[in-house]
Amino acid sequence: MRKEAGDPILEYREGKTYTQWVHAAFDDTHTPIDTSDPRVLAWLIRRHGLEMTHLSRGSHIASIFSVAEIMAVLYARVLHVDPHRPDWPERDRLILSKGHAGAAVYASLAERGFFPVEALRYHYADGSHLSGHVSHRGVRGVEFSTGSLGHGLPVGCGLALGARMDHEDWYTYVVLGDGECDEGSVWESALQAGHFGLDHLIAVVDHNHMQSLDFCENTLKLEPFDQKWRDFGWHVLRVDGHDTDALEAAFHACKSHRGSPSIIIADTVKGKGVSFMENDILWHYRTPQGEEYEAARRELEAHRP
Amino acid sequence: MRDAFVRVLMRKAQENPRIVLLTGDLGFGVLKPFWETYPDQFINCGIAEQAMVSTAAGLARTGRTVLVYSIGNFPTLRCLEQIRNDCAYHDADVKIVCVGGGFVYGSLGMSHHATEDIAIMRALPGVTVYAPGDPWETEAVVPVMLSQPGTCYLRLGRGNEPHIHEGPIQWQQPKAIQLREGKDVCILSTGGILTEALQASVLLDRKGISTELLSFPCVKPLDEETLLQLFERFEHVFTLEEHTVVGGFGSAVAEVLSGTGLPCKLHRLGMPDIYSTIVGSQQYLRASYGLSAEGVYQQVLTSLGK
Repeated sequence: MRKEAGDPILEYREGKTYTQWVHAAFDDTHTPIDTSDPRVLAWLIRRHGLEMTHLSRGSHIASIFSVAEIMAVLYARVLHVDPHRPDWPERDRLILSKGHAGAAVYASLAERGFFPVEALRYHYADGSHLSGHVSHRGVRGVEFSTGSLGHGLPVGCGLALGARMDHEDWYTYVVLGDGECDEGSVWESALQAGHFGLDHLIAVVDHNHMQSLDFCENTLKLEPFDQKWRDFGWHVLRVDGHDTDALEAAFHACKSHRGSPSIIIADTVKGKGVSFMENDILWHYRTPQGEEYEAARRELEAHRP
Repeated sequence: MRDAFVRVLMRKAQENPRIVLLTGDLGFGVLKPFWETYPDQFINCGIAEQAMVSTAAGLARTGRTVLVYSIGNFPTLRCLEQIRNDCAYHDADVKIVCVGGGFVYGSLGMSHHATEDIAIMRALPGVTVYAPGDPWETEAVVPVMLSQPGTCYLRLGRGNEPHIHEGPIQWQQPKAIQLREGKDVCILSTGGILTEALQASVLLDRKGISTELLSFPCVKPLDEETLLQLFERFEHVFTLEEHTVVGGFGSAVAEVLSGTGLPCKLHRLGMPDIYSTIVGSQQYLRASYGLSAEGVYQQVLTSLGK
């Protein structure tokens, strides 16, 4: 799924292709890349996120970094999906409702074999399908297009209702942002899913405590956040959103829960993984260029799993 | 129209268990036969139209035809982005059904006047727009809509409208339906205001102006083939809709006329580009904006300089 079928694979940088460049931290030490290890996949999501936003001069790197472990655990350990059959009817469904972190979906899908990793270099590119906000059109494995906030949870509600009406056992996962929970449609849907007791609907909030302009608590207070969801009839778990083992355990606990929808409030750090981006609102929109890009790359490569 | 819609839907829901009806907590007394007969194909989503439409998109992606029912502007303007992004962009088999197009809820105030819905819905790529003119047209349109892939908008009037056609009609999308033949002027009508158009054309005939009348149950796609023939045949063509003159049926017809180079004069009759600050019955408000039979008759005469 290069921009055009049949496009030659071009040199990207320093004699390497895009894939070789991003994978260098592994390849240079002859370390095999095991994308079924969520720590490896999370690192790759960050590394691609840095490269893609650098190349495209795109925004939202800090959001991609905060959601990296959540997406990695889902794609490496939780979701029943098959890169050879993206439309397999019994697959689990995943909607990234905070569509601005779409690079995390694209990177996960590419690394898990849905399309060639090399295609990621066309993120934001003229004529490409790899839009900044996630799109299903023309991108193999994307379940649903998002980008406007507050859409993913109610769509997930519809998928979960449909599965239940068909007596199917697949699950619907929706990844939300915390700032996204300002949207009224999230709470309409919270009411509906709670009322209908949709226990095959599992939401995760990437709770990085920041939104576009400021901290969530300075914008529209969400706390007591856990309690709000409980009051809407949800099964609520709260975990460290960068602890892949804790996330995986939480997903399994949600899958075995019956009678109500589940939500995992995953506490994360916006910009996690690059020290100078962490908890700095600047990096919601700032694009990594020049020495900042080089410093971020060095820091990521020094900490590859 | 409302009752014809429910009648056809019940028949189709029996044939196809994958038809599901969602309501935004409206339809008391109208949808009751449906939810009593097909409880497994019915969901009351509560007063939450945005979530309802997104839910419909999700349900449609499990291989269902999902109807979303509400009144006035609630199933369209309230959840427009959900229709655009979640339904239309995903080719979701979702049928948005509005009861109360135009001034049906005239006494309830501007919140309940659906007078921009055609313009807004037809602006969305991939959305088919229907506005049947009477219960017989509704009976003909609903099965076609249910077999039409993708997202559709059905603009209905109310209950107990007069039957304009004499009996069931065969209809092929997007064909206009001729009700009267004429040679001097032509009136094109969409939606429930067809009854006024019919009476106006009778008045015009009596005045010696031979009037052709067609109903357009489908606004998008438009029956361009018929329109081009009419533009050739008539010097004056009038469009009539219970909707503002901005962007709706008349505008759609004007888009077809533009670029043809034909000398046909198109007159768009509808609500002016305002919100109605007065209230009243549907009949009263139609008359107030020159859209009653008499009003249409007068507007046609004025346009012809008579």
